[in-house]
Amino acid sequence: MASDPSVFLIGQGVKSPWYVGNTAKGLLDRFGENRVIDTPVSENAITGAAVGAAIAGMKPVVVHPRMDFMFYAFDPIINEAANWCYMSGGKASVPVVIWGIINRGGEQAAQHSQALHTMFAHIPGLKVVMPSTPYDAKGLMIAAINDPNPVVFIDDRWLYENEEVVPGDMYEVKIGKSVIRKTGKDITLVAISYVVHEALKAVSKLTQEGIDVELIDLRTAKPLDRDIILKSVKKTGRLVVADVGWQTCGLAAEIVALVMEHAFPYLRALAKRVTLPDCPAPASSVLEKVYYPDAVNILAAVRQVMNYSSR
Amino acid sequence: MEQLYRMMVRIRFCEESLVEPILKGEIRCPCHLYSGEEAVAAGICAALTEQDYIFSTHRSHGHFLAKGGSMNELIAEVYCRESGCSRGRGGSMHLIDLDKGMIGSAPIVAGTISLALGSALAVSIRREERVTVSFFGDGATGEGVLYESLNFASLKKLPMIFACENNLYATHMPIQDCRVSNDIYRIAEPFCIESHVVNGNDVLAVYDTACEAVEKCRNGQGPIFLELRTYRLRGHVGPDDNIQGTHMDIRPKEEIECWLRKDPIKVFEDYVVEYHLLDGQTLQKIQRDAEIEVAEAHTFAKRSPMPDQKELMHYVFE
Repeated sequence: MASDPSVFLIGQGVKSPWYVGNTAKGLLDRFGENRVIDTPVSENAITGAAVGAAIAGMKPVVVHPRMDFMFYAFDPIINEAANWCYMSGGKASVPVVIWGIINRGGEQAAQHSQALHTMFAHIPGLKVVMPSTPYDAKGLMIAAINDPNPVVFIDDRWLYENEEVVPGDMYEVKIGKSVIRKTGKDITLVAISYVVHEALKAVSKLTQEGIDVELIDLRTAKPLDRDIILKSVKKTGRLVVADVGWQTCGLAAEIVALVMEHAFPYLRALAKRVTLPDCPAPASSVLEKVYYPDAVNILAAVRQVMNYSSR
Repeated sequence: MEQLYRMMVRIRFCEESLVEPILKGEIRCPCHLYSGEEAVAAGICAALTEQDYIFSTHRSHGHFLAKGGSMNELIAEVYCRESGCSRGRGGSMHLIDLDKGMIGSAPIVAGTISLALGSALAVSIRREERVTVSFFGDGATGEGVLYESLNFASLKKLPMIFACENNLYATHMPIQDCRVSNDIYRIAEPFCIESHVVNGNDVLAVYDTACEAVEKCRNGQGPIFLELRTYRLRGHVGPDDNIQGTHMDIRPKEEIECWLRKDPIKVFEDYVVEYHLLDGQTLQKIQRDAEIEVAEAHTFAKRSPMPDQKELMHYVFE
């Protein structure tokens, strides 16, 4: 915001320290109410306003502290922002960042827990990024703001406990580029957002068992880094995908289909998905425990794939 | 005077010139013709400068021309040619000319109201003097985003004009079947927004009211709400003349005849001739010019290449 006067932050709760998990702390004092705009509960109009401001030359970041409320804003995000460049024949662009926060867990139930990245990833004209580390959160946010297209930036409340020292300077994590968190030769494990951390736990256990996992952190749900996924699967011949969303027509399904279409001859086993079940989020913490995929589910999936190949 | 008349005539001739190609199937893109409503676009846009912004709707030809868009690019876009203002990717409902401040149109009812809210917000953040006009129809008063936008615009005192073209029909549905009150301008009152109802077929009344509204917006006294009562002489979409019983629409013949007598172009002609403001020769010259311009635009469009199939995926992203 200091380096570019066209950047501004708008959305519900940006004045309140707790609302957006301390991410906007200090911004109001530094940049004032003109560029840190707390809003009434009007997701449709406010998101539309961010999109319109982007068309008029600004680089807005519009935040939805609970992304479930973004359904109210699907019209400006999808009908307008995503289509705008195409339907103007490239004459106009919409450099808006639409920032949604997933609020799963804590017995918040179905309307305070949903991960909607796959729905956005389905739409032509939208880019969708999902950092798993503080370093990536900063780098992807800067890249999203600098991108001339609408970018949906999705982070997860469950990641807010993670701390690391990030560089103070302006750096970008390139949109559409995934990263290998651990190289390995036996099986490719693709993960995104908070399940990257669950995958890391699983990987350390699997390493002890002698299974050499290659772990890819997607970072971007769209456009997919096809090269890194296909190269890895061609090397390992096995694939498990762990996603933070639902199974049917989900991100994991997309990655499995990608591998089927482009790396089928290299596969030595069936592929497995670790996802949310096709079920709304429950309130009960007892049910939450079986609802959200964790390292145990990932371990089981990897073992199943490894066993399949050894049969 | 001459400019207002010229603009209304250009819009009318443009719209009516599309009828035959639509009926012949040469134009397939759905066209929501603006015939009958010309005084609204001409009057409001005459009160704006090139720097000011407008957002429009599915019925956007008139706004595009009135804000300075080119006839050639408009007609070519309706024919979905590469030379159209949106390179044949948008068609009739997605007209744009950023240099002229026509920064977009879209057919999702009320969909561009919040975008206009955003361009007005951008202007207020940058502390510029531009005014944004959001054109929308009476049908948009059924959408919640209008009320969200009214509230936020008033809360932030944005330099924005809500221009509601009340043509008495939301697609096929008469306004009395959609709304409990036909006094649309009153919806702005609970949001403490100054609002006016104007005869949308009287271009001078529209122009005068728009000038005052623009001035107020520039002085930090925005937003302003205008209800412009008008009537479309064609159907909701396409050239259908909408006479009850004989065509697709449901409008009574007497109603149409009554509004034909209030045709904004005829009303203006009678006025300027009666008060000797413009003479018949000048009016005829303007009509001839428009006729030639429109004919040339059709020739330009038909001679323009179609988009290249190899470029289907262009412009998804910038």
